Amino acid sequence: MAQIQAHGAGGDEPEDDDAGLVAAPQANTDAVDALLEDIDEALQTNAEQFVRSFVQKGGQ
Amino acid sequence: MGRAGTLDAPPPLDVPPSRRIFGLETEFGLHLAGSGARKVTPEELASHLFHSVVQWGRSSNVFLTNASRLYVDVGAHPEYATAECDSLADLIASDKAGERIVQDLVPTAQERLATAGIEGRIHLYKNNTDSAGNSYGCHENYLVRRRADFASFASTLLPFLVTRQIVTGAGAITRGEGGRRFSFSARADHMWEGMSSSTTRSRPMINTRDEPHANPEMYRRMHVIVGDSSIAQPTVFLKVGTTDLILRLMELRVPLPDLTLESEMRAIRDVAHDLTGETTVTLADGREMTAVEIQQVYLDTVRGHVGGAIERTDEVDALLDLWQRGIDAVREQRPELVATELDWAVKLTLIERYREKLATTLSDPRLARLELAYHDISPETGLAARMERDGLIATVVDDDAIVSAMTEPPSTTRAALRGRFISAARGAGRDFSADWAHVKLAGDGRTVTLKDPFRNTDSRVDTLVEEIEAAS
Repeated sequence: MAQIQAHGAGGDEPEDDDAGLVAAPQANTDAVDALLEDIDEALQTNAEQFVRSFVQKGGQ
Repeated sequence: MGRAGTLDAPPPLDVPPSRRIFGLETEFGLHLAGSGARKVTPEELASHLFHSVVQWGRSSNVFLTNASRLYVDVGAHPEYATAECDSLADLIASDKAGERIVQDLVPTAQERLATAGIEGRIHLYKNNTDSAGNSYGCHENYLVRRRADFASFASTLLPFLVTRQIVTGAGAITRGEGGRRFSFSARADHMWEGMSSSTTRSRPMINTRDEPHANPEMYRRMHVIVGDSSIAQPTVFLKVGTTDLILRLMELRVPLPDLTLESEMRAIRDVAHDLTGETTVTLADGREMTAVEIQQVYLDTVRGHVGGAIERTDEVDALLDLWQRGIDAVREQRPELVATELDWAVKLTLIERYREKLATTLSDPRLARLELAYHDISPETGLAARMERDGLIATVVDDDAIVSAMTEPPSTTRAALRGRFISAARGAGRDFSADWAHVKLAGDGRTVTLKDPFRNTDSRVDTLVEEIEAAS
């Protein structure tokens, strides 16, 4: 079986286990803000109409 | 009759119990956004999408050179079923390859719509509900060794499946009595019973239809249809990896704690709607436990057998680490513990940040729009590709593995045989038929039956491929 390691941002950095916890990959708030900034216009445009128009039949 | 038809099928391989075949089937949401939407039915839209497939495959139900299956399913949903894989890395690569294969159908469909004068942009979502509340699924297949007591064996898995959404749920804004709320899973509201052989009339958590696509004397398929479709690769890793570990213990007849629920249907809803993880569910023996406690019992049970019934590997260690952090994230109300790995936490982080910026409530359609963007598989209009680049979503396999999996089958299972046959037949321009357990050239009396999903070599397929290549 392939050896794979789930890794996140900063996954190569040494883990900080001072508190006895495994350091978890932290979502970078700046990167989240930059992303939201970039997509804000697209999301604001006709958001309600866009969402409401997505209707499909049920699948399995 | 050619030589391939006279060769005997090889005997079944003797495989260790830790080796398992997995597969994932994903139904995609298909959406035409724009003024032309009223001019085209979902069926017509699906047929535009599959036009290029029908052109080469003469059908909208085809097997590809990567040995996976691409088709239009009930409700005009494009569906992709991964080839049979025997490692989580191969499975994730094939699953992600499927997103790109389906997305690659869009440009041709978009041109056809333009030619027909229909305005709008096609979006494909790897999610589980549309805006009207229709639901569609992501089905997990686990090959298990056949046994007489399958129904009771399978039902042992139900408390695990009901509660695992607190770690591997996709997260969703759902409608509740008090307004909109963020839940672990949107799909939970559409699950009606524990087990059944039907999937559309009644929606069970485990489908018991006996279709192993393999030697039926040896194998059965555990067809789990209660999971959410996953965007973040580590979520797929955890969803399938932990289910496999529990199944391994069950197949080795390791006694598991009896956590049978009084009502799976009620429990799955109650667990979905409680982000605090503090709501209890009632067990058949009258005990009350939280989903956090139930998942912790399963994790501790698995952990107790690592080094024994379960061989310790880096992969098992990574699974247990992520599983524990996922449970802790709920118990301690710290989604940041898994905010790049588990879909519900990735989405919650994103939605909460946008909600703060807009100073709005969860019923704001812009947040529902953001949710769709999270599940949109397009590299342009979807968010996952960028979020992976920016380190906001972690990955398990690299991009090269995904690109390769778009055309190449997994090399260690029966998929390798099907993929090689299809590549040869398509390369030579020969018509063929293929399904999970058979391959056949059109106009040729021979059907080669491939009953052993673990076997990646077969002299009958060698002979068939040689004949195709010699004739072309």
